[in-house]
Amino acid sequence: MILELFLLLAAALFAVGLFGALSQQSIVMIMMGLELMINAIIVAAAAFWFYTSADRPDGQVLVLVAITAMAVEMAMGFAVTTAIFRSRDVDVVDSAGDLKDAP
Amino acid sequence: MAELVVFAICAASAVASGIAVFVVDSMARATFALLASFVFTAVPILLLGLSYLGVLVVLMMVMEMMIMVIFMVMYMMNPAGLMPMTMVHNKAGALAISVGTFVALAAGVLLVPWPTSTAAPPADPTLALGEAIMGEKMLVMMLVGMVLFATMVASIVLATHRGRYARYGDDLRRKHPDDPIRGGVGR
Repeated sequence: MILELFLLLAAALFAVGLFGALSQQSIVMIMMGLELMINAIIVAAAAFWFYTSADRPDGQVLVLVAITAMAVEMAMGFAVTTAIFRSRDVDVVDSAGDLKDAP
Repeated sequence: MAELVVFAICAASAVASGIAVFVVDSMARATFALLASFVFTAVPILLLGLSYLGVLVVLMMVMEMMIMVIFMVMYMMNPAGLMPMTMVHNKAGALAISVGTFVALAAGVLLVPWPTSTAAPPADPTLALGEAIMGEKMLVMMLVGMVLFATMVASIVLATHRGRYARYGDDLRRKHPDDPIRGGVGR
């Protein structure tokens, strides 16, 4: 196997996640898209570790950081969902359009 | 050769179940499709010899998706997918951007001359990782610990119904907290 196969898998996962994050209206579905994108980072970092610097642990540490980012994203995403649902009964991003920057 | 076949099957299944997340009608089904995608992507990580990180991804994702199903049922109007519905905006634009991103990334993957290394992986990559995060990469581990602690505090603060500002006023000057039911004895 070669590095390019792993990176192609990562690119495909990243593109699918990007589509979800851009197109979905529900906040939880957007989080799913973000998680797919971070998962692509995990695959790419693991492949880079194995094929370019297997004798150094740096790539593995990067994978660990990406896994942590995923956990943090999930916890904070659900906390924000709970907060905005509790205060305004909002569960889709289009209903929270007033939170965006003024043009 | 066997590894390549396993990789191909798992990679195709991971991408297919990733697409299924945004295609199926039911929120619960979408969550389990995402779980399948994570498990399928953990297999290539295991193939690289990263047994600890691969198993960590599988275990974490199984737990995370179980929690996510509960949130799905709580917040989604159609958790069981009993009637078809779409909750998307600007689908064509999102599809164009993501296809363009994939094409650009794939072109980069195939065109860039990636460095090659003859360095053999350590006999026990988990041992190497453990020594790194307890040794020269300890700053990373300390920062990760701080971030996780801050996340716990921040998510509880965000999810709490009534905070101290609701009880003691915006400038925290109220003498007695404004609670629906007074605490203590003698109510």
